[in-house]
Amino acid sequence: MSDVTLGPTGAVPPAEVEDVELYHPHSWVTKYVFSQDAKVIAIQYSMTALSIGLVALVLSWLIRLQLGFPGILSFMDASAYYQFVTMHGMIMVVYLLTALFLGGFGNYLIPLMVGARDMVFPYANMLSYWIYLLAVLVLVSSFFAPGGPTGAGWTLYPPQAILSGTPGQESGIVLMLISLILFIIGFTMGGLNYVVTVLQGRARGMTLMRMPLTVWGIVTATVMALLAFPALLVGAVMMLFDKLLGTSFFMPSLLDMGQQLEYGGGSPILFQHLFWFFGHPEVYIVALPAFGIVSDLISTHARRNIFGYRMMVWAIVGIGALSFVVWAHHMYVSGMNPQFGFFFATTTLIIAVPTAIKVYNWVLTLWRGDIHLNVPMLFALGFIVTFVNGGLTGLFLGNVVVDVPLSDTLFVVAHFHMVMGVAPILVIFGAIYHWYPKITGRMFNSTLGKFHFWVTFLGAYAIFFPMHYLGLLGLPRRYFELTDVGFMPASAQSLNAFMTIAALLVGATQLVFVANMIWSLFRGPAAGGNPWRATTLEWQTPETPPPHGNWGRDLPVVYRWAYDYSVPGADQDFIAQNDPAPHVSAHGH
Amino acid sequence: MAVAIVFALVAVGSIVFHLVSPWWWTPIASNWRYIDGTISVTFWITGFVFLAVVCFMSYCILRFRHQEGRRAVYEPENKRLELWLSVVTGIGVAAMLAPGLFVWHQFVNVPDGAAQVEIVGQQWQWAFRFPGKDDRLGTSDTRNVATDNPLGLSPKDPNGQDDVIVEGGELHLPVNKPVKVMLRSLDVLHDFYVPEFRAKMDMIPGAVTYFWITPTRTGTFDVLCAELCGIGHPHMHGTVVVEQQNDFQAWLEKQQTFAQMSAPTKKAER
Repeated sequence: MSDVTLGPTGAVPPAEVEDVELYHPHSWVTKYVFSQDAKVIAIQYSMTALSIGLVALVLSWLIRLQLGFPGILSFMDASAYYQFVTMHGMIMVVYLLTALFLGGFGNYLIPLMVGARDMVFPYANMLSYWIYLLAVLVLVSSFFAPGGPTGAGWTLYPPQAILSGTPGQESGIVLMLISLILFIIGFTMGGLNYVVTVLQGRARGMTLMRMPLTVWGIVTATVMALLAFPALLVGAVMMLFDKLLGTSFFMPSLLDMGQQLEYGGGSPILFQHLFWFFGHPEVYIVALPAFGIVSDLISTHARRNIFGYRMMVWAIVGIGALSFVVWAHHMYVSGMNPQFGFFFATTTLIIAVPTAIKVYNWVLTLWRGDIHLNVPMLFALGFIVTFVNGGLTGLFLGNVVVDVPLSDTLFVVAHFHMVMGVAPILVIFGAIYHWYPKITGRMFNSTLGKFHFWVTFLGAYAIFFPMHYLGLLGLPRRYFELTDVGFMPASAQSLNAFMTIAALLVGATQLVFVANMIWSLFRGPAAGGNPWRATTLEWQTPETPPPHGNWGRDLPVVYRWAYDYSVPGADQDFIAQNDPAPHVSAHGH
Repeated sequence: MAVAIVFALVAVGSIVFHLVSPWWWTPIASNWRYIDGTISVTFWITGFVFLAVVCFMSYCILRFRHQEGRRAVYEPENKRLELWLSVVTGIGVAAMLAPGLFVWHQFVNVPDGAAQVEIVGQQWQWAFRFPGKDDRLGTSDTRNVATDNPLGLSPKDPNGQDDVIVEGGELHLPVNKPVKVMLRSLDVLHDFYVPEFRAKMDMIPGAVTYFWITPTRTGTFDVLCAELCGIGHPHMHGTVVVEQQNDFQAWLEKQQTFAQMSAPTKKAER
């Protein structure tokens, strides 16, 4: 354990580089708009992501209304339905979840948690946000373009994505691809920052194995994103060429509405490989920051060290590495060589082992803890339930032959919503509640927070748990309507209506969250610097909210790991990472 | 207290829902009972894990929630417990993977002597082709598609002349005969999906994919498309009629061969 919990007399290395001189803003614009402060950039990222996320939320209402009560919306036709489904999916996965976890939490938490004054490349960090904003605006503009946004499904599979049977093939698909390319460019600027800051910008004494798991989760996800997004970039560029220049990367000779086209020699499967080489790591790009954050929430609010820290770190790294060799489990019925199934099913199920270890360690952290059921903790507990549920259904879909009947049914929709929709979003809410006092200096309303949690958690579970059974029954996904099929009992439609009502309720409850955040910003009681009595560095800043530069005159020096909660013999039930308190000995060794 | 009970109720309620759910898989109509069996095994294992994890969590909330004077136990790791849990998890995963791979081996290896049928997807309809008397499907190319050659067969391939072409979206298959289903698309991705058969596979323009089944009971089944193929996707319906061999033969003989279909054109060319 010596690398984890160095005693206070253990070696704190001398500073390797001098303290940095930051660019100091001279005007309101450079301080709050074109800001180079990672914390301001974080808030810009988060606000933009949450705003576009509200669009996705409204789209999900429209989708659910059509499914639960077909025909209730006069403007809803098949074209609009597929456009809404596509935009909902793409916004949620890329523009909300990825941007919020990495651009939002990454920017806010990495410098503070590792004891740096800012990201190492503040200017590139600023550019990263503005390019992200541009990508979002291009995406939104497709709603107003001729023909509307693309309705190709968020997977954008060619050939249909660029042929005339799919809505939005005039300009929507082009704007979607351009927006993705911009997103990747912007993300790369931010992502390099996060990695280099963690590798080079840590405070004295902050060894890698003393970092909070939040930082491990975010930085591992960032490395993965830097490796995975280029595959999507290549796919997007090639499809753009196929669409605009008439190349045939993904296009074999084919018909379009009965007409022969000039394309020939390309492979639709190639796109799927590129897409999922990005798309599967993407799942973990969203999941790993959530894993890290939830570990810290559980540990802090259970007043107990995270159980098996080193195993947790290796599980994050191992999951990150393994997730690059499982992508074709999204393609078991794609028509690729079926022999691949043996390999990808095996790798996919192996991932279950490190993932299960993480789950065990979360609940073992609760065991013999001192559990405070604060709002962030409730969200963390809700995450465990939904993540375990969604992770276990992954064992169905990853096990190649079981996937055959279930693929492209509502079972898949239920699975991925549970595991990478509901579960990470519960963590996002938990994290916002957890760090809100640090970001604003004020405390939110706890009663409203608990109301928000229970409706969101139980409501989301009521939407997606029963949905698995409609998939098992055989109802296919991406169906605008399903009529005249013998195998579908009338009760399936009643269940659909029930799920829609639950979705409307869950969606409406998010307004309570927004209202709580805004009201508390002005009226919330002062929170103090460390309301949760947490150990990690961001709670030890001299001022709250921390100003540009974070630490005042002197950078913090780190003496211990991030999880010294309830250390035997200590006066308090936590010891901050920068606390040299001599009365605490390294436990045991 | 209430929090722990609600979480436990979510877990128990999920199991109860599973047991009483009126929504369950359709009665199987093919040889792929093993797939259903593997799903059952997976349900049992995962259901047990879900119940165990969530109930343990609820127990912890109940037992270790904050009270005046409580202090958590400081224990950074417990190698023996972690190892033990990893091994048990590995065994559980292997118990699901092994039967899965075993059945997949059967799924990808078509038995000798299986009949052949080709299914062709096109926005938004199904067409079918049987190999005819010579038991061989002729070659095809999307570039050959014309009004009198809807599936793009090569006019010069002698194997294709006696191929039986069925348009209109109704496929007949003989019961209890293994059949290799060759899949083709003329435009975008489609997926020939009959829930009762369990097996399915995407159809890709520019390539031929396959799966195999043995229909095991007679009846009429709905065909759906399971791969998003544009705005007509939800309406790309078809029908499979599984019937006795005699009925199937009688039906097949009423269908047109490729030669019959293209005969008028040849006359016109002369």
